[in-house]
Order: sequence, then C-alpha cells, then structure tokens
Amino acid sequence: MTLAQQIITVAMVVLGTAVTRFLPFLIFPAGKQTPKYMQYLGKVLPAAVFGLLVIYCLKDVSVFTGSRGIPELISIILVILLHVWKRQMLLSIAGGTVCYMLLVQLVF
Amino acid sequence: MQTRSKMLKKAFTTAFPYTIPIFAGFWFLGITYGIYMNVSGFSFWYPMLMSITIFAGSIEFVTVNMLLGAFNPLQAFAMTLMINARHLFYGISMLDKFRGVGRKKFYLIFGMCDESFSINYTADIPEDVDRGWFMFFVTLLNHFYWFSGATLGGIFGSLIHFNTEGLEFVMTAMFVVIFMEQWLKEKNHTSSILGLIISLICLIAFGADNFIIPAMLAILAVLSLLRRPLEAGGAADDDNGNSADPDGSGQHRMEIGESGRGGEAQ
Repeated sequence: MTLAQQIITVAMVVLGTAVTRFLPFLIFPAGKQTPKYMQYLGKVLPAAVFGLLVIYCLKDVSVFTGSRGIPELISIILVILLHVWKRQMLLSIAGGTVCYMLLVQLVF
Repeated sequence: MQTRSKMLKKAFTTAFPYTIPIFAGFWFLGITYGIYMNVSGFSFWYPMLMSITIFAGSIEFVTVNMLLGAFNPLQAFAMTLMINARHLFYGISMLDKFRGVGRKKFYLIFGMCDESFSINYTADIPEDVDRGWFMFFVTLLNHFYWFSGATLGGIFGSLIHFNTEGLEFVMTAMFVVIFMEQWLKEKNHTSSILGLIISLICLIAFGADNFIIPAMLAILAVLSLLRRPLEAGGAADDDNGNSADPDGSGQHRMEIGESGRGGEAQ
C-alpha cells in the first residue's frame, strides 16, 4: 500500500468508528423529544450491554483446551466476593487481576 | 476564574480514581498494540496517530492487518461498522446523560469507548461536581492512557521484556465490577441476565469473531418484546440508579436492600 492508500484506509476506520458513536445523537438530536421506545431502550440496554461486555472479555477462553478457563473462573469469583465484601471498585479489580496473573504465571 | 479552576480541579480529582484500572489496562493493551505495529513494520507514528484518531481498541488491531493487505477502503469501512456496532447502544443510553454539557459533547461522543461509556454511565457523580467536566476528564484520561501506551509500545517495541502475562485480565475484572454495580442498584435483573445469557448463547453458536452482532440483535429483539412487562415492572424507571464507588464509601448500601426484587416482571 502507498502512504496515500494507508491514510485513506485509516480515515475509513476513523469514519466508521465515528459513525457508530455519533449516529444515535444525529438521529435523536437534543432539541427534539426522543421517542418513548428509544427512551425505554436507553434505560434497559446498559444492563444487558454490561453483560455483553463481560462475555466479550471472555470470548477467547477455551473451556476444552489449555487451562480450561479455570484461572478466569477463580479470579472472577474472587472479584465478586471482594466486591460483595468491601464494595471498593479498585480493590476488587486489583485483587482479581493479581490473582489471575499469579495463576497463569505460576500455577497453570 | 478562581471558581472555575476550582470546579475543574474538583471534577478532575473526582474522575481520576475511576480511571486507574483503565490506566493499567490501557497501558498494557496500548503498549501491546504499539509493539504489534512495531514488529509488523510500522514506525511509531502509526500507533501514535491511530490511537488518537480511532481510539477504539479492537478495531485498531484489525486495522494493522488491513494496512498489510490489499487496498480496500469500503471493506475497511464496513468491517469497522460491524466491529464497533456496539457503540450504537452506548449512544442510545447516553442520549439524556450528554444533554446540556455544552461543546464538550462532541468530544464525549468521539471518545466514547467501552471503558469511557461504562464509567460515565455507572459513576455516581456527587452533586457538587460538574457532570459534564467529570465525563470529559474520564474520557480525556482514557484517551491519554491509550495514546501514550500505544506510542510507547511503538517507540520501544521489542525492547520491552517484563512478565506481564495475565495483566489483560484487569479489563475483565473491571467489567465484572461494573456489571455488579449495575446489578446491585437495579430493581429488576431481567436485562442484566438477558445480556449475559444471550451473549453466551451467541458466543457458543457463532464463535468468538462473529457473535457481537447476533448478540446485539437478539438483545434488542428480546428487550423490545419485553417492553410492556419491563416498563410495568419498573425496570425502566431506574434512570440514575447506578453507581460505581471507587472510594468504597458505601453510601449506596442502604438502597441495595431496599430495592429488592420489586419488579419481577415476566
């Protein structure tokens, strides 16, 4: 690829990303009343999206090969326990991550 | 001017703790991405400029392959729309929250990656902190972490050798915590459960590379079908009922017990 072709390719990616981010705001501008259906979606979608993002993070975990997702499972359980116990975001995240790093580096 | 700088400082110091896990994750991923571009034969200018202008993790890795392949701008555009389609959901969810923040809105939308959206949606911003500036700083800090990580990776590339195996889990841990914060706050867990189960089914059915779009469509369809019972059950009332609490001050604990399972809808 020439430099110009590279710039065009990256520009298309920038444009595509911007479209996915700006489109809802362009279709439903702030000045106008947002349709009731979209208001409903805006309220119920995030919970489902957070579920989707959790699964998305785990998408490359294989249950049948390697460590079989056991380090992930243990670490997620630790994150949940820590968070239920102390409810300190940073503690839960750091605890789970350190646990995972120790598991994949030393145990599995 | 004094009050303005005080206000900005307050927004910044409130926003910063929320972004610390993202700093760890973005530096790890950003440096990895920079190294990947470096070993693929690109100078550090590429990850540096791409991390600023695209600012969306996974597609940037894919773009490296596009740049190495044949020139096909339309395919690049279509691929980007597919991989980043989930941003549409973020926009729909932030239509109200980005209202009235002035010109910052443009940047807030431009920088709305998974992590910025998740923090800005769930964070319980104190009354005396400017909401617009809080979200602006969350987005800006995340943008800076990603940019600096990608650039460093691009510059130092293969020189970096330290055992960070497993550090990428910081992102998984963060989304688990955000999922839990939503769970602890909401009255009705239907949507949370649906998000997990539908995504999992689609992952098994379509595979890791192709499951996002089917999962989004299925989530959209099921939530649309459940609109009447969910609205009746109060699942859609909970406008601001979300909080991530990095200080662990526990000020929301009261509400967890009270919210109970008031809206069992199906």
